[in-house]
Amino acid sequence: MAEKYHLISALVENRPGVMQRIAGMFSRRGFNMENLSVGPTENKNYSRITITVSGDEKVLEQVVKQMNKLIPVLKVRELTEGESVRRELALIKVTASRADARTEISQYVEVFRGSIVDISPDAMILEITGDPEKIDAFVRLMQPYGIKELTRTGVTAIHRGFKSVRDSVK
Amino acid sequence: MNGAEALIRSMEKEGVKHIFGILGGSIMDVYDVLYDNSSIEHLLCRHEQVAVYAANGYAQATGKTGTCMATSGPGACNLVTGIADAMIDSRPVVAITGQVPTTAIGGDSFQEADIIGITMPITKHNYLVEKIDELPQIVKEAYYIANTGRPGPIVIDLPKDVQRAEIKNYNPPKTVVLDSYDPVYKPHPRQIQLAVKELMNAEQPIILAGGGIIISNASAELVQLAELLGIPITTTSMGKGCIPEEHPLALGLIGMHGNKWSNLAVQNADVIFAIGTRFSDRITGNTQHFAPNAKIIHADIDPSEIGKNVRVDIPIVGDARLVAKGMLEVAKEATKKEAVRLKKHTEWGKKLEHWKKEFKQETRFDSIPIKPQRIIYEVQKIIDKNPKSTIITTEVGRNQLWSMHYLNIRYPRNWMTSGGLGCMGAGFPMAIGAQVARRDCRVLNMAGDGSFQMTMQDLATCTNYDLPIVNVIFDDSSLGNVRMWQALFYNKRYSQTDLNNNPSFEKIADAYGAWGKKVERPGEIAEALQEALKSGKPAIVDIVSDRDENVYPMVPPGGILHKMIE
Repeated sequence: MAEKYHLISALVENRPGVMQRIAGMFSRRGFNMENLSVGPTENKNYSRITITVSGDEKVLEQVVKQMNKLIPVLKVRELTEGESVRRELALIKVTASRADARTEISQYVEVFRGSIVDISPDAMILEITGDPEKIDAFVRLMQPYGIKELTRTGVTAIHRGFKSVRDSVK
Repeated sequence: MNGAEALIRSMEKEGVKHIFGILGGSIMDVYDVLYDNSSIEHLLCRHEQVAVYAANGYAQATGKTGTCMATSGPGACNLVTGIADAMIDSRPVVAITGQVPTTAIGGDSFQEADIIGITMPITKHNYLVEKIDELPQIVKEAYYIANTGRPGPIVIDLPKDVQRAEIKNYNPPKTVVLDSYDPVYKPHPRQIQLAVKELMNAEQPIILAGGGIIISNASAELVQLAELLGIPITTTSMGKGCIPEEHPLALGLIGMHGNKWSNLAVQNADVIFAIGTRFSDRITGNTQHFAPNAKIIHADIDPSEIGKNVRVDIPIVGDARLVAKGMLEVAKEATKKEAVRLKKHTEWGKKLEHWKKEFKQETRFDSIPIKPQRIIYEVQKIIDKNPKSTIITTEVGRNQLWSMHYLNIRYPRNWMTSGGLGCMGAGFPMAIGAQVARRDCRVLNMAGDGSFQMTMQDLATCTNYDLPIVNVIFDDSSLGNVRMWQALFYNKRYSQTDLNNNPSFEKIADAYGAWGKKVERPGEIAEALQEALKSGKPAIVDIVSDRDENVYPMVPPGGILHKMIE
């Protein structure tokens, strides 16, 4: 089966060392972590980790099983594209000293429903939120102006509808 | 009560009877508690590696969790190989390590090592105790996690200030409930039905039994199932002892150094029922060519093992004993109706019987230098006299390969070896743990001269605690298994495998107050072994053996299971 990206959402105990356990397991078993995001959840005892993994179905199955084996991991689920909302945030510093360039960039930002968060004589910092493909598209648009620096948060995601990764956690 | 005492009281509550360990600065408060009365006996070892292997042997011999203890830094780091060994072979071991005070952690303090970070990938779980109030819960969890589901090692790292801190209300929890850990024991009935149906419809079925059978005490149920359906059983080195090898359905060992008939059986099987095994590369050879015609039923308590190394047609997640028991019940019902159908397996049985005769190997050689097989022949005679109360441990190398290939071990938990990690020097300490756990048994450690020298200093532990372990050394004055690979795969370029300057093992024995004898003629082995056993002391029987005798048959690494070097 072909290599592809899988989005994995894991509910984990909010304790020190949990990320180290997960990252260590990935490197030890040769799994590829493309990006990740971590943060608190509705329950202060738990954190949510969202990881983008590349590999075939067999790799995905092993990643989920091996993550489940780690004691502080409560629940692991793949979130497929159709059943989940995915978001990522990017901060992009573009070179923009010319007035016409600034105008164009501002228009693009508006179309992408982003915002200009900082402006200086030679540069602008833009904030864009969306699924990774939308951010990729915006980054491509900005390249001709000159991207001085770029940072992305990694993808975070949640089930659509009433379903949740937590279901079946006691 | 301080943290050190809370630790010991909690361990007593968990039923800990023995600790194998060696102390140092950062664990002294715990040893200070042990100085007063405790129901726990501490066995002072000469090296931490021995302590952890001994805890492992203790666990294997009893099924109970073994405990070892060490100080921070070097003490903890010396446990590492043994912890990795316990992890890969699924052994319930709890290792308690001292740590520098919490205020000194991170300061590169004297004897500070990040043992939590170091052991994260080689433990089932580990804990740094940062607050005294967490300690009772952590000890309870540690012993619970170590010996439930797929067993494994747990490290509890206890900083010195936590050992000394006062615990206000010592009230250890009675039960453990963990949101994130709930192993599945009971197999799905539908999978059990499917598996039985598949086995009953098979023409050439085979059971592949691994260490999970021993761990979950499933031997009786598995053998009954095999007998009912007439299916032969081949075992991995970890599964040895689950069926007596003279049993008509027993095929003995499979894999790289398995019996040729076992490997042929797997390669010709149409259905394989694998239970409690992780299909290691030493079992399967090249997985692309493993069991090409077989449907594979794989039962394991660890879901991540299913589909990890080989393709699986019928997965069953559950405890090996409950799986075997469930299948036995279903099979009993089903065979009432289908007695005729089962006769086909007897044809398969005849074929295997024929292979067994054709490829049978001799062990009783009279040549000098002594052939290693002859040592096996003599040790087997000792096992045969008291099969139930004779425990065999092995080191790693050719001593292990010959032992696992030839020895007939008739009872579970009477055979132990470092299987997955292959640790030289593990056999003797495992024998120590086994002997401490089962004082009524005789324990023989099948050793190589290379392996034995890795942990032989603990002969002192044996004399100290009256552990009359007999070390049977296959003395070929070389790192024999590597030498064999050099002979077979490296054009006989014997790089660094000669151990011609070995010490006199007789004198080593003497120096430690043990019994020792060097043997050079095959006719003298039996008597030396008898004398060693009778001496009542820890013993070394140093048997000078033929270094050019290789272990055959053998599947070359990455090779195909039935294409063996003979």
